Parts: sequence; C-alpha cells; structure tokens
Amino acid sequence: MKQIQALSSLVAGQTATVQALHTDLGFQFRLNALGFRIGKPIKVIRTAPFNGPLHLKLGNTEVMLRQQDADNIEVLYPDCVEII
Amino acid sequence: MKRIALIGMPNAGKSTLFNRMSGASAKVANWPGVTVDLLSAKLLLAGNMAELVDLPGIYDLHGFSDDEQIVRHFLCNNTVDLVIIVANATQIDRQLTLALQLKSLGLPAVLLLNMADEAKQLGISIDTQHLGDELGYPTVLLSAKYGQGYHDAYQLIESELQKSQAMPTLSLEQDFVVDQEVEDKLDNIIRHSVDVPIQTSHSVTERIDNIMLNKWLGLPLFFTIMYLMFEAVYTIGAPLQDGVAWLLEGFRDLVLAPLLSALPPLLNSFLLEGVFDGVATVASFVPIVIVFFLFMAIIEDSGYLSRAAFLMDALMTRLGLDGRSFVMLLMGFGCNVPALMGTRTMRSRGLRLLTMLVIPFSLCSARLQVFVFMTTALFSPSQAPLVLFSLYMMTFAVVILTALLFKGQFNSSEPFALELPPYRFPTSRQMMLRGWHEIRHFLRRATKFITIGVVLVWILTNMPFGVEPASSASWSGWIGEFMSPILSPAGINPELTVALIFGFVAKEIVIGALAVIYGMEGSALMQGMAQQIDWVQAYSFMLFTLIYTPCLATIATLRSEAKSAWYTALSLAWPLTLAWCISTGFYQAARYLGY
Repeated sequence: MKQIQALSSLVAGQTATVQALHTDLGFQFRLNALGFRIGKPIKVIRTAPFNGPLHLKLGNTEVMLRQQDADNIEVLYPDCVEII
Repeated sequence: MKRIALIGMPNAGKSTLFNRMSGASAKVANWPGVTVDLLSAKLLLAGNMAELVDLPGIYDLHGFSDDEQIVRHFLCNNTVDLVIIVANATQIDRQLTLALQLKSLGLPAVLLLNMADEAKQLGISIDTQHLGDELGYPTVLLSAKYGQGYHDAYQLIESELQKSQAMPTLSLEQDFVVDQEVEDKLDNIIRHSVDVPIQTSHSVTERIDNIMLNKWLGLPLFFTIMYLMFEAVYTIGAPLQDGVAWLLEGFRDLVLAPLLSALPPLLNSFLLEGVFDGVATVASFVPIVIVFFLFMAIIEDSGYLSRAAFLMDALMTRLGLDGRSFVMLLMGFGCNVPALMGTRTMRSRGLRLLTMLVIPFSLCSARLQVFVFMTTALFSPSQAPLVLFSLYMMTFAVVILTALLFKGQFNSSEPFALELPPYRFPTSRQMMLRGWHEIRHFLRRATKFITIGVVLVWILTNMPFGVEPASSASWSGWIGEFMSPILSPAGINPELTVALIFGFVAKEIVIGALAVIYGMEGSALMQGMAQQIDWVQAYSFMLFTLIYTPCLATIATLRSEAKSAWYTALSLAWPLTLAWCISTGFYQAARYLGY
C-alpha cells in the first residue's frame, strides 16, 4: 500500500517519490534547484552518526539534508519502481 | 571593451574554465561555493580585448543568499555582451533551469556543458545540436579540467561575441517563478536531447563513501587523515625549509655582507640585520606553506570537505553551528580571509556571525610557519609533529568553547541542503597553479606587510641611537618592560612581546621580528631561541599566537562582511582575553607541576 509520509521516516536504502515541500520560499527554491521536484524519485543512502543528516540521492545529485528539514518534505513510499 | 560573464550553479566548474581561458589561478575546489566574490581577467578574444568575469555559483536568480545577491547586483549594474552558462553535464536534468531563467531575460549566451569526461563515464549522451536548438543557445560539451572540447567552446565564444550586441543593464525586479510550464519545457527538452542510462552511479565514489562515511569509522578516519596530512607536511616541509634557509644564509654571508660592508654601520645593520634577516627568515618558510597548500588542494578538490560537513553536522548543531561552518574552519587552515568570505553562502545572519567569530581561531598557514619554527627550535624531531597536531586540536577546543559561550547571542535554525559531489582528483596543472598562487600571495604580502613590519621592528630595537640593539634601553625594550606585568604571568618575555605586537599586522612577521630582535637568522636563530626560552614558555607563546587577535587582513574582512563595529570589537577583544587566560593558565599550571 502506497502511503504519504515524511522523508525523515525513511530508512537507509529506501526509495520514494517527492510529494510536497513544506518549507519557506527561499529554501523551496534551493531544494528545487538541487533536484527536489514533485514526482521525482529520491533515495536515502545513509544517515550520519549521532542522529545526523540524511545522505540522499536524486538523479545524479547527492545531497545532505538534516532530519528536521526532512520532516517537512512529504514523500510517497514505496515508489512504484526502484530506478535509482 | 566587451564583457563576458560566467554563470552557473555552484561546483559546475566556472573557475576551472576561468583559469583555463585566462591563465589565471583562481582558487578551485570540489565544494559548492568556493568563488564568493567577483574575479575578472582581461583576454584577447577574436582580435579584441574582452573582460571575463567569474561570478559566484548560484542555484537560481532569486537572490535569497548573499552570494546570489552579488550575481543579481552584477547583472543589474553592468552591461554584459555575452553570458557563458556553465552547467554540469552529469546533472543536466536540474542544471538547465538557470539557462531557462537567463533565456527569459533575453540575455545573449552560450551553454557549455562541463565535465564531459564524467558524463561519458556514466554513459550519458547528449545531443548538443538538438538541445541548443530547443533552448535557443548554442551548446558545446567540454571538460574544462582536462581540455576535451575546449577548442570548440573557445571558437564558439569568439564567434558569438562578435555577433552579440551589448545588453542594456537589466532590471531584475521581476521574479522568476519556476512554474510548472518552465519545468515541463525543461523535461521536454531533456527527454529529446539527453540519453541517461536507467542505472547511473559513480561506483568508485559509492565504494569510497561506504568506508569514509561509515557510522563508526567515519569520524576516526577523518581525524586520522588530518593527522597524517600534518605529519606529512612537517616531514616533507622541514628539510625543504632547512635547504632554503641554508641557501639564503649562504647568499647573505658570501654576497650580501661583503657588498654592504662599505656602508656606514647603522645603514649596514638596517639592511642586513633588519630587512634581509627579517624577510629571509619568513621566506624560508614558504616551501612548507606550499607543501601544505598542495595537500589542501588535494583534499579540497577530492570532495572530502562535503563529507566532513556531513559527518560533523550533528556535533556542530549542538554548538549552534553547522556542517558548513566546520568546512569553513578547515578552509581557514589555509587562510582565514577566504574562509570568512565563504560564509556568504549562509542565509541566516546569526549562523554567519557565529561562524565568523570562530574562523579566526583556525590555525592558518601563516601561524603554521611560526609554529614550525618554534617546534623545530625547541622540540625533538619526533615530538615536533605531535606538538603541532596538539595546536590544531587546540583550534577545535577554542572553537567549541567560544561557540558554546556565544551561541545564545547568535541564534539560528537555518534549513540547508548541501551537495556531496563525486570524488575527484586535481590535475598536476591545477596543483602547480595552486603552488604558484601561494608563492605570489607570499610575495605580495612580503612587499606589503612583512618588509614594513620588520623595518619597524628594526627601528624599535635600534632606537634611540647608540643603544645596544634590543636591550632594555631600546624602544622595544621599553615596550617589552611596559607590557611585562601583563604578559610575564604567561611566560612571555619582553622580546617575544614585541614580536607578538607586530604579529597583529600579519602572523608571519612574528618570525621575521624574532630574527631582527635576536639579530640572528636560520639555524643560528633557532639555537639562540632554545637558549633563551624553555619549552613551557615556547608552548605558552604558541598558544597565545594561535588564539590572540587575528591579523589585519582578517579583521578588515570581518568588518566588511559583518558591517558592525560592535561585532568587530567583540572579535578583537574576545580572542585577546581568551589567549591571555589560556596561555597564563597553561604556563602557571606547567610551572606548578614542576616543568
């Protein structure tokens, strides 16, 4: 069953689809430019020690994002196909 | 004169292209946001002189952070004949947004898809002809780093420049909403001109990251790499320093001294023991600085800095800082000034000010020279690298203390996302450029600050006329005596005090000043120092030099970046207070324990 949840709730190795960015406009533009676009697949590669940031992969771009900021990004999981 | 601007996302390779086109040595690194200021060079293109401007990397033209503002400001206040859009070909799916935004402004441009070598490795193929037609910008694939496709790109730039008319100054008041329409257009263009394999990955990078970013190994590996690097700098650099010092000493004794012997004693002493000894002693440390920067170049270019930000972010958050602050601290090990300017990518003022408050504690390459000098003079060759490493650890200790004390004043919770670029290795050409850049940097400082500094020290140590140089009757003696109630509890004697005062201008002057004050240079100076002070005093002096007020260039940068007199005063007073407390604490404790 597909379900909308926060990006921060995914664990390493899971792939989902970006659904919504609940952030301020400035950060939304930044995320857009980094490849966070609605409908795009996103994969959690790992998390940093001491409850640190997430290591994410979107297309050919790898990005780090803090847990608290990942709370504000909604994703659809599981994604239909594992393409990244 | 025609003007060309390089625009692109951070870490797309604008500076690498800028260096290739202009023969300059702008700093490049595998870190998003190295160029934060405008760099320009004049070059001959199609028979005409043109000005090439390297702009900071920007994600879009909205201008939410200081570096994006710089680009907007530039485009609003200058006419531009041609824009060179540099985009990373491997990330073409998202990097073309900027090209579409520029297109909507009607700017004349060419699109250079950089990192063709990596795109090829990943199996990405791009129909540049089709892409260019769709976009309305002529497009070329190239590798600015290795040079493939550069010839075509150069010809394209020349021919487009001849055709183009200068654009009137833009008004960027309009907002660029990245609406669905633009995104659809982008997707459409890419679908028809780019072929990306379903499964792409930088497999080498992935494998390295599995080890480097491992939950348990990541941080220990980071500190091990740091230690090995400083050990290597010392092991390779110290003999080189010896060699250069030996050469300069030979030049002084065999050439300069006989040549100047006919001059009146005072003038002879001024030129030989003042200017030459002072500047030569500093110059002998340039090889160490070059070795250091070659290692820094490898680390910066490797992409490991972003990984350091990833590993340290959780800990830095507890200090009110973040992973980027940590990377700026590491960059500060080279020079504090560019590290301070690197904070422009931060959008929150509180975070920026707190980061800028701790960056000056970074043990920069100028201070490294002082510490190599002192540790070589007073510690055994096996102890010296450890002592040096302890000072680097001291940087972190002081940063932690300062951040914890001041984080309440500089509050921030800025959301940020940082790219982790694939691992790369600098070419030998890039490393040579970097080495050359540092030599030039030294020569510029030598002609500006260092010579003036050592001349002033000579005057202080030799005036009034006829006194024994650097004796208590000389001006420097007076100053030393005057300051001694404050600095003697830290074990810092009057001679060292005078050196510290001039270190305020530029830290390298500290060694130059010691050479002038003790009237010796090279190995003789080191032996002389060892007779005058013991290791406890030397370590206390090094702690003081590490922590006390940053150099003049750093203070000027702090002031212009923060635009606050109150903040500048704080960043002067706090380190000075802290330096005194720590040095005195160390000195008194060591003496109490019987050392």
